Order: sequence, then structure tokens, then C-alpha cells
Amino acid sequence: MSMKASTRQVDGVTIVDLSGRITLGEGSVVLRDTIKDLLGKGQKKILLNLGDVSYIDSSGIGELVSAFTSVRNQGGELKLLHLTKKVHDLLQITKLYTVFDVKDDEAGAISAFAH
Amino acid sequence: MTAPQRVSYRMESTLESVNKAEEMADQQAARAGLDEDTRSGVSMAVREGMINAILHGNAYDTNKRVNLSFEQNGRELIVTISDEGRGFIPEEVPDPLAPENLLKTSGRGIFLMRAFMDEVRFRKLNPGTEITMIKRLQGSELDRQEAST
Repeated sequence: MSMKASTRQVDGVTIVDLSGRITLGEGSVVLRDTIKDLLGKGQKKILLNLGDVSYIDSSGIGELVSAFTSVRNQGGELKLLHLTKKVHDLLQITKLYTVFDVKDDEAGAISAFAH
Repeated sequence: MTAPQRVSYRMESTLESVNKAEEMADQQAARAGLDEDTRSGVSMAVREGMINAILHGNAYDTNKRVNLSFEQNGRELIVTISDEGRGFIPEEVPDPLAPENLLKTSGRGIFLMRAFMDEVRFRKLNPGTEITMIKRLQGSELDRQEAST
């Protein structure tokens, strides 16, 4: 299953709804291109909704880290929303859970962005 | 005791082989009677081993192949992956959990293999690297035999 990304705007925050697998190849490329496109348009408050992401491999983890640092380096913020248990566990064992700002509800996540 | 069962594949250095190997690992883990979470870990470890062999080892060279084998002996699931690349020294791979490496975008594959398997060993080939990964099967036939004696 490949990955799909769609974006929507809520209160100045860009929510990226991702579904599928973020893995070496297409999945990682879709995420990379989406973030690049958003930053190119000056959209720097980004909430990645991972609720429908079934699987992430080491390449996908690398892509999430890359997205996080790219956004931060441009003075923006990137947060993660709705982690599945599998993705949550993966971020725990790689010690990235505390690096990312992880949220459980969309409204709370949006209000947590600096306005 | 169950006779060991071994299957081997010689695969091209492509992304498709990585995906295929992951699927085969899941089937092998299911056949070994592993639960869903453990199966998922085993197939991820195999995926990472294949990425290591194809991306870092063979560097997608179409002239180089990857050998993949699964062996079940009733007590363990043993996965072996070998490439024909330049090889590497596992001890020199930086610790991805060290604070200075947390934000690196690569270097987590071997860590994930070790996290999901009970044993991971590397052997230098000429040329290439062989990775052997072992998952012990709880409640294996041998355990049951030992328990009944």
C-alpha cells in the first residue's frame, strides 16, 4: 500500500492527513515533497496526522526527523497527531517520542501552536 | 523434534525485493506461530536487513544480488541476509540513541534489527556482509519436550 497525503487549513495551521506506509521509496518521497511544498508556500505551522499511517520503517523515521528539523530551521513548528500504537512504540524505542511534540486531539493540537 | 526447514532466495538489488522479503518474513513468522506484534517486529527487522544489504551494501547495483534465507527448527526462526557490497564495521555505526545522534536522518536500521530480534550477528564476506538474525520461539516444541521430562 502506498502513501497518500492531503492537506487542509484550520486556524492558520496546515493539517497533513497521511495514510498508508511511510517507508523507503514512495512513502518517504511523498512526505518529503509535501513538507517542501508547504515550506515553499510559507506554511510553517504543520500538524502531521498519522492516524491512518499503518507502518513506518527507518527511512520513514528519518523522513519525519528531516521534516521536523526543516520546519524548525525555518522558524516554524511541526507536531504529530494521533499516533497508532505501532508508530508510538517505534518512536519510544528510538527515543524520538520526547523530541517530537505528540498530540492526541486535533483541537488541542491546533491551539498549542504559537499564534 | 521437527526437522529444520530452510528456504533460500537469491534476489535483485531493488526496492521491490525489500517489500517482497518483508512479506515473506511475515509469512514465516506466522508459520512459526508468533503473535501479531512479534510478527510485525520480525518483518520490520528483515525489512531493515534488506535495506541495509540493498541500499548500503549493494547500492542498488543491478549486477549484485542479495541472498535471503529463513530457517525454522522448532525452537528458533533464523533469518540470514547477505550482500555483495563493500562491507562495513558494525561497531563503527554510531549509536542512534546518543543525544547528538537523535536528530540524524539515518542510522537506525541495525538498532531496529537488534530491538526486534533476540540475536543479531554480522559476518564479513569477501565481498559483502552476512547478517544472521534469530528469533526464539516461546512455547517451542523443544520447550514442551523439556517441560515434560
